[in-house]
Amino acid sequence: MNVINDKLRVEDNKWIGTRTVRPDGADKVTGRATYAADNTMPGMIWGKVLRSPHAHARIRSIDTSKAEALPGVKAVVTAKDIVDFPLETSVMLGIQDMRWMCRNVMAREKALFHGHPVAAVAAINEEVAAAACALIAVDYEVLPHVIEIEDAIKPDAPILHDFAKFEGKPSNIAGTMTAKLGDVEVGFAEADIIVERTFRTRPIHQGYIEPQACTVSYSADGRATIWSSSQGQFMVRAMTSLLTGVPQSNIRAIPAEIGGGFGAKTIIYLEPVALLLSKKSGRPVKMVMTREEVMRATGPTSGSFSTVKIGAKKDGTFVAAKGDFYIQAGCLPGGPLRGPVGCSFAPYDIPNVLSVGYDVVSNRSKVAAYRAPGAPLGAYAAECVVDEIAEKLGMDRLELRLKNTAGPGTKAAYGATFGKVTFEETIEAIQNHEHYKAPLDRNPRPGVKRGRGVASGFWYNAGGESSAQVNITEDGNVVVTTGHPDVGGSRASIANVAAELLGVDHSRVSVLIGDTASIGYSNLTGGSRVTFASAMVVTQSAEKVIGQLKERAAKIWKIDPEAVNWDNGEATPAGPNAGQFPPLTLADLAAKATETGGPIGAGVQLNTTGADPGFATHVVDVEVDVDLGIVRVLRYTAAQDVGRALHPSYVEGQIQGGVVQGIGWALSEEYLYDKQGRLDNAGFLDYRMPVCSDVPMIEAVMLEIPNPKHPQGVRGVGEAPIVPPLAAISNAVYDALGKRFYALPMSPPKVLERLDEV
Amino acid sequence: MAKTHISTSINGEPVEFLADPGSSLLDVLRNTLGLTGTKEGCGTGDCGACSVTVDGRLVCSCLVLAVEAEGHEIGTIEGMAQGETLHPLQRKFLEMAALQCGICTPGVLISARALLEKNPNPTETEVRFGLAGNLCRCTGYDKIVRAVLETAAEMRETV
Ligand code: FES
Ligand code: FES
Repeated sequence: MNVINDKLRVEDNKWIGTRTVRPDGADKVTGRATYAADNTMPGMIWGKVLRSPHAHARIRSIDTSKAEALPGVKAVVTAKDIVDFPLETSVMLGIQDMRWMCRNVMAREKALFHGHPVAAVAAINEEVAAAACALIAVDYEVLPHVIEIEDAIKPDAPILHDFAKFEGKPSNIAGTMTAKLGDVEVGFAEADIIVERTFRTRPIHQGYIEPQACTVSYSADGRATIWSSSQGQFMVRAMTSLLTGVPQSNIRAIPAEIGGGFGAKTIIYLEPVALLLSKKSGRPVKMVMTREEVMRATGPTSGSFSTVKIGAKKDGTFVAAKGDFYIQAGCLPGGPLRGPVGCSFAPYDIPNVLSVGYDVVSNRSKVAAYRAPGAPLGAYAAECVVDEIAEKLGMDRLELRLKNTAGPGTKAAYGATFGKVTFEETIEAIQNHEHYKAPLDRNPRPGVKRGRGVASGFWYNAGGESSAQVNITEDGNVVVTTGHPDVGGSRASIANVAAELLGVDHSRVSVLIGDTASIGYSNLTGGSRVTFASAMVVTQSAEKVIGQLKERAAKIWKIDPEAVNWDNGEATPAGPNAGQFPPLTLADLAAKATETGGPIGAGVQLNTTGADPGFATHVVDVEVDVDLGIVRVLRYTAAQDVGRALHPSYVEGQIQGGVVQGIGWALSEEYLYDKQGRLDNAGFLDYRMPVCSDVPMIEAVMLEIPNPKHPQGVRGVGEAPIVPPLAAISNAVYDALGKRFYALPMSPPKVLERLDEV
Repeated sequence: MAKTHISTSINGEPVEFLADPGSSLLDVLRNTLGLTGTKEGCGTGDCGACSVTVDGRLVCSCLVLAVEAEGHEIGTIEGMAQGETLHPLQRKFLEMAALQCGICTPGVLISARALLEKNPNPTETEVRFGLAGNLCRCTGYDKIVRAVLETAAEMRETV
């Protein structure tokens, strides 16, 4: 590997680091790319889900006889058709507990939120399926419900699950997670200044534009084919297998193009239901969620209620940090505690840390992962407190951070001991940026105030299992197959890597995503891992292929393979001693493949490691209209260590997209519930994601400090950019108004309310 | 309820179909005619993924009844390229990486084309407001806006 690694000096790169056109691009701009809902099959029928009209209710019985009798109805399923995972025994698939997954896909003992699936129907068309749903009689015993964290943790709150105990008593706190370092009591005793604040955030949705959809065909021989869009076809296969009892070897999951996921498509909702409907009806079944179903019953990410306390010396040295993070799990356990507990204080070298997360269940849909799951919630609280400490100490906000940055040997409370980390570099990049140095006109017009804020963030990044196959076609071109759904242009990066290593023109490389039957196991597209891990397995596969190509040339020339070089897409003799032969191109060797040993190609399956953490520092300018309460982001600059940008445009795109999602989180997005525990804004009109006219250009400053543990130096990118914006914008609004906000979103009504407070 | 027979033109070709009175144009395009390039993100007129033109006017096809297509000229993403030649917007979107997942892209392209037809020399603000009806959750809009501005500049030069 080292030989190739040495050759990949940045200045020598022809394809890596260039802005090539993505391999899947033309189909996506012409409407030809097939997303989950675009697939059809001969004889296909339609599935629909019946959902609970109550936020919390015991299901006494379900009578499906009238629905089954309706002409055109082909199958009905309820929880009794789904494999049950009894509450006593945990069965894990990755980070998902199948006890909760089986109850999330279909309500079992109780309906736990308004919109919880209770039955599903397949019929000749959507209208008949909907009519049949209306004929299903469910006998509910309506129970008191609870929505907000602070209500759910009260002693007299309605309890969702009898099995959940906290401090020995039945509770809606279904679990905790702790990260501890040193002794915070000792640390705080040494502090000259302590700031402690409580923060609240609302649940928000991942907001992918493509609703969940699938088509499943179950054949008479017990084999099933699933077309769906997800962040992992192998996850789809495994989870569907567990929930239906069909062995994995009998399920082929084919990944459709995916129209956004941001974490939410790391679990499934429809596939097992559609499989069972297909099995019962003997017909392929298609299911497509409406936007309302997506909002009510998938995702969102957690709301939070956090208290963060940081103690510092007069000179700014942090001596202790404590965080209590109450995180919404939705109706079943499994909120993203690891995000706030591990990430909040990780950028800093603090000797005494106590970080505790509480997994709080309530009558909302079960949360799903969202970009750096949970980390923005913790960073919001921690980075706002850091801002206040800087202010109280009269220190520059970035200098205070620089003084405390984690470095080589720093022990993080979550367990890691850092090697080289690149947090400082992100701070310095902002300090030296023209944006940070530019003067700010604080009162440009009457009624308008401007402010500037900064914040930093940390994300773990991830390695994990990946597989790749690199094949040389008979005409001497290259086909690369990986096992990762491509959400944001990862095929473009892989094409650059393969072209570079094999020394061929980019246009001669195709990159495909294999289905579960055509490529080895590959873990989820998530955790900022795909480019890191797939570039690694593609590199190793390409190295094997180059080895084969040298052997083939050696055979033709009757010399030793060691005496063959592979350069610029052709084999040449390594030196004068190797002999005099005209070069053999990829096409020459492919043409002679049969006689020199057979097809040329190699695959690698690996559990990748070495994904070092990612750090980011952001600066933002905002403008507040004090009469209307509107906060506008005027300018935004985000600096991040990206290791090596294999395809800079898609790296910038990750940063820009993550930042704008953060802007929505900070300023406009929130889940609103009515008194009956029903989501009040289950659509894009009232659930307000940023539109084009809400935001400015987002400047992405990519620091390319190679990750030494990766063949191209890649570091995960996708998640860190959503970690700082919540605090950065909050700190900017404070800078503009002189009033701190301790809750998100800072939407116009809330800004006006706060401005009215004396 | 009985279906209605509709004669219309889609991307310049005559098309006939039968539609339920309650079906949306989006539904017929995708599920009856197999033109799945037009996407459904919401079905309520709030995301723009279903953008098409009717007689050159930009509409959300999820808010148009299929029967309203009678006698009109519908333009969808499938008609944007001329054979192998991409529309300048399509080409620029690829060159400038103005898409990530791509689900919003057909709608954004149809909107952007309608915008440039009306205003060949838009400012950044005009592009931002012109595309404000098209949600994109992936890109943060930066590269989309740049690609539209670049295309406009290029198209002005070539006229
Ligand atoms: S699907 Fe028509 S606007 Fe969203
Ligand atoms: S590129 Fe994914 S929604 Fe726009």
